[in-house]
Amino acid sequence: MAQVRVTVDGVEYVDDIEPRMLLVYYLRERLGKTGTVIGCDTSNCGACTVHLNGQSVKSCSVLAVQADGAEITTIEGLARDGELHPVQKAFNECHALQCGYCTPGMIMQAVDLLGDNPDPDERAVREGLEGNLCRCTGYQNIVRAVQSAAQAMKPGASAPVDTPTPVAGGQ
Amino acid sequence: MIPAQFDYVKPSSVDEAIQALQEAGDDAKIIAGGQSLLPVLRLRLAAPTLLVDLGGIAELRGIRDEGDRVAIGAMTSYYDIIRDESVQQHVALLGQATETVADNQVRHRGTLGGSLAHADPAGDLGAVALALDAELVIAGPSGRRTVPASEFFVDYFTTALGEGDVLTEIRFPKYTGWGSHYEKFNRTAQAWSMVAIAAAVRVEGGTIAEARVGLTNMGSTPIRATGVEQALVGQPATADAVRAAADRVTEGTAAPSDADAAADYREHLAKVLTGRAVLAAAG
Amino acid sequence: MTTTAEPTTPGEIGRARVRKEDARLITGRTRYTDSITPAGTLHIAVVRSTFAHARINAIDTAPAKSAPGVVGVYTAADLGVESVGLPNAWPITPDQKTPQRPLLASSAVHFAGEGVAVVVARSAAAAKDAAELVDVDYEPLDPVLDMEAALADGATLVHPDLGTNESATWVFDSGEAGSGGNVADAISAAEADPDSVVVRRRFIQQRLIPAFMEPRSVVVDPTGEQITFYSSTQVPHILRTMTSVTLGVPESKLRVIAPDVGGGFGGKIGVLPEEMLCVALAQKLGRPVKWTETRSESLLTAHHGRDQIQDITITAKMDGTVTGLDVKLLADMGAYLGLVGGGVPILGAFMFNAIYKIPAYKFTCTNVFTTKTLTDAYRGAGRPEATFAIERIMDELAVELGRDPMELRQQNWIKHEEFPFTTVCGLTYDSGNYEQATRQAMELFDYAGLRREQEERRRSGDPVQLGIGISTFTEMCGLAPSRVLGSLSYGAGGWEAASIRMLATGKVEVITGASAHGQGHETAFSQIVADQLGVPFEDVEILHGDTQISPKGLDTYGSRSLAVGGIAIVDAAQKVIAKARRLAAHMLEADEKDLEFANGTFTVRGTDKGKAIQEIAFAAFMAHDLPEGMEPSLDADAVYDPENFSFPHGTHLAAIEVDTETGRVDVRKYVCVDDVGTVINPLIVEGQVHGGLAQGIAQALFEEANYDEQGTLVNATFVDYTLPSSADLPSFDTHVVSTPATSNPLGVKGVGEAGTIASTPAIVNGVIDAIRHLGVSDVEMPCTSQRVWRAIQDARGRSTQETPVDTHSPGAGLGSIDPNNPQGEVQ
Repeated sequence: MAQVRVTVDGVEYVDDIEPRMLLVYYLRERLGKTGTVIGCDTSNCGACTVHLNGQSVKSCSVLAVQADGAEITTIEGLARDGELHPVQKAFNECHALQCGYCTPGMIMQAVDLLGDNPDPDERAVREGLEGNLCRCTGYQNIVRAVQSAAQAMKPGASAPVDTPTPVAGGQ
Repeated sequence: MIPAQFDYVKPSSVDEAIQALQEAGDDAKIIAGGQSLLPVLRLRLAAPTLLVDLGGIAELRGIRDEGDRVAIGAMTSYYDIIRDESVQQHVALLGQATETVADNQVRHRGTLGGSLAHADPAGDLGAVALALDAELVIAGPSGRRTVPASEFFVDYFTTALGEGDVLTEIRFPKYTGWGSHYEKFNRTAQAWSMVAIAAAVRVEGGTIAEARVGLTNMGSTPIRATGVEQALVGQPATADAVRAAADRVTEGTAAPSDADAAADYREHLAKVLTGRAVLAAAG
Repeated sequence: MTTTAEPTTPGEIGRARVRKEDARLITGRTRYTDSITPAGTLHIAVVRSTFAHARINAIDTAPAKSAPGVVGVYTAADLGVESVGLPNAWPITPDQKTPQRPLLASSAVHFAGEGVAVVVARSAAAAKDAAELVDVDYEPLDPVLDMEAALADGATLVHPDLGTNESATWVFDSGEAGSGGNVADAISAAEADPDSVVVRRRFIQQRLIPAFMEPRSVVVDPTGEQITFYSSTQVPHILRTMTSVTLGVPESKLRVIAPDVGGGFGGKIGVLPEEMLCVALAQKLGRPVKWTETRSESLLTAHHGRDQIQDITITAKMDGTVTGLDVKLLADMGAYLGLVGGGVPILGAFMFNAIYKIPAYKFTCTNVFTTKTLTDAYRGAGRPEATFAIERIMDELAVELGRDPMELRQQNWIKHEEFPFTTVCGLTYDSGNYEQATRQAMELFDYAGLRREQEERRRSGDPVQLGIGISTFTEMCGLAPSRVLGSLSYGAGGWEAASIRMLATGKVEVITGASAHGQGHETAFSQIVADQLGVPFEDVEILHGDTQISPKGLDTYGSRSLAVGGIAIVDAAQKVIAKARRLAAHMLEADEKDLEFANGTFTVRGTDKGKAIQEIAFAAFMAHDLPEGMEPSLDADAVYDPENFSFPHGTHLAAIEVDTETGRVDVRKYVCVDDVGTVINPLIVEGQVHGGLAQGIAQALFEEANYDEQGTLVNATFVDYTLPSSADLPSFDTHVVSTPATSNPLGVKGVGEAGTIASTPAIVNGVIDAIRHLGVSDVEMPCTSQRVWRAIQDARGRSTQETPVDTHSPGAGLGSIDPNNPQGEVQ
């Protein structure tokens, strides 16, 4: 057993875990953060993407013990004060999801992408999301949503999106 | 899927890491960024009894400009390498190749040292280290040593690293003012390189004065295309001259065959892509 | 025939509503099956065969039984399920050979990945650890991998007791059916006629994997009066009935719930051994039992799709008039027949003639057993295969005749004024306008301009050549009229059920038997009901996917949700309105005949007196003052059985660039104009088309399930089964035209499969068109850079190397790791 202390969506947790426990299982099974899902074994699909100390990572390819001391934001902590993140809004408005399974990872990666490049062209969005597979949408509306969110976030955008605030699961 | 059980230590110094590795023997594995290792553990293709996490050793992370060279800590992430100014200015080829590795999330976690020590011949950075005459600093039970990239890669997944060894730093000579390009050919954007060409050239008055060419996935290790380099020197940076030189790219290669590309296709691709990479590098 | 209904509230139908189901999906407030873990849940891991074909000599479960956290380890014999077989609901011929498909293999395994034992443990990790300790003594047998070899005399038999590897041969002959001429006569006539041509081609439909993003998951909770059975399934109702049939659990004691389901594409219509194992184990152990597959398990064992060899012969006059079409298929079933696996190629039988007037047609399909994962429905199910073959051979015929491929299609297709049109298969296409869709598509695409550019590039010898790919398709969807299914010996009807409950507070609950897994039912059905009842969109709640809430239904596949399930909802709404009208008349002291219903309100004609439907619902709830003999309820049920399929169609055009130096294919431009009838929600329609295109293009360019010579699937991870990412696909230019279906009151057709069906041949025709002048006439799918390069080399008379079937070379990622020699410093 190893001890891990992490802050997830603004709440601090301390747990004893097996070293082999992947971060995604820790989030889902220990913390009940089932909004983050698992789609593959090989870090190809990106469905499990969360932010670890402000950077997008595939939580299936990080051991929970490696995250000791880290701040983690999941899809469940992205909305703030009941207000959806602009990327979440844009996904809804642009019909950027169908079954929704890839959506948490896709949104978390899109937020990261916009942090690095606030005004990406279509190519930059497509390449920035290459680590996230979607089987439903053909990606076109996802690309549109990310570009639309970029516009919405441009002038007078609120505080940095990655500061976690506690938000109840049901928004 | 869940890995088999293992123990885990997170040393705070290189010496502690070496000691942990020595005590555990063969069954220990180093985890750097973990982006190649964790999928392997999840599929239970490997089952080490101990993971030694280098993530807690601050000295292994970071990039230093050391005058005539750029020194990169083994645990420096791809993401940090891509954004580093001294890399962009003096070792641009490394940044260009690193940008093509996997995807954004993986580049946040994956490390240069991890990639080189993993020594997958389809990995993108070995060819760069080789072409640019990098030196690798290895700390081990009997102290530190420096190994040139040309001696580091031994075979598939096999390097000059021995038991208890930790790769600590990678030093690149400066290629300030050189043109460079990494030409990667893969089946899908997130797939490994079918073939890739790392090229850097110094052009003087339209003539190629110096050239460095490294090959990804054309043998059991990254390969330096010395024949092409020799043929390029003194040639004008024109399509015809470069393509003629690129024809020598298969010298000394042993291209693998798989469903994506049988050996003859890889060899053909290597020629075409070498021409493109060198021309792009020459600007 | 009914015409399109007049919407009572203008605006909802056809409105680009953003989806109401998104709110939970974009915030992680989801409920996929793997997120459900009742207290005390036990987890299972299935021990799977590493051999494609082997006799099982012994299974030693003892070491696994004593592993930490293990509750039990069971073989089929231990569970007493050796005689249990999973259902096949579509015996396509009376003499179809249907091998028993066991929950766990007992004496022999028939494909790599087949389960042989199951471990039950307190955690999924413990179950997995112990599964590795189960020791199975296999005696390897020869794998059966090639369909033609499997049918030859002396072939190794997958199921020796059947005496053959042929499951069934199904034939449709228009000469015998009386719906057309005799194709053998047409071919001999063409062969004898110097003014005719005969074109023969063989096309390969490679094996694909549906690869829904959510791995399958099952939780069975035996506590309580009914067994609660959660599954990531497209078909909760069918699953409930089939579980009863398979295990003998009374249907009334089973509650099946399909919670949020992360995609299916046909891949989740099966009845799984793991589902049945979870039910059996939960009953045996009295505890909730859970199974969630890994991606590798999913790729290995969830049913695959396509996998046909197609021998196509088409005959035509020199003037371009098609005179006959003969289709001979071999369809790889894999080791067993899935729920409807044998019928999938038969669904294609009616679509090879496509939009064309073909006077003589014969279809012969032989279903073949091999030692591979079974095949079953995958988006389009039979119809993509058919569309590919006809659209490819129309291009080949055009080349043979020296004609423009679009012009040749125009000459042969059914003209707008000829609808309704009865085809050579006996189907009646109710509506369509191929001219309109094609004209619009060609303009948007700049067909003429791209042809000029193609000519220019050919002339200049540009290393990057341009090709134009055409696909003018139709499909039959809205599965299906029960009488048609009956005539095909399908084991169920094709109706769909709906109920509407008018709540006391004026809200409306709509229950549908169509179970969504990404399609947007909650939004589209709300729009329909809002229009029908004149209530606000937000006041409509769609309930589905739980057999206790939605007791009756036939679920979601075959583009049927709207064209069948949507009409059931309209019928239920009409019944609600009829009941409300009676009560409204009573409340307004008027005659029913004097009432008008519009925008949710009954008004007495010529007065300003009126009652809103919500007021009427409240009055029904109070029941203080009802008309004599009226039940205190406005609620209504309806079951709709369509009279006919619906026939969406469209024209898809692709501009393809081929780098002749490397073989790399690039989709430069993609334009499609689809006629899907009345559009309920253009956003959803567009999304369905985009996603369908991506999957069809993936078949053309990226995906293939390969088996090595030992019969091992070599694409058992997403490293090797290469789904395209956003960086691999272009943006599509999609448009819709509408000729309403005349077969249903909304005028709707289906849209779920259109993009997938149409796009594959458009891409491949484009690839070949780009390099045909170099002498290339075919490239097998997927048209990878290597295949394209080799096709060019072959055409130039240069011999090249054989490509090995193994995906793996020692390098390149995971496949590279030798499990027996994990030497490298993996970091």
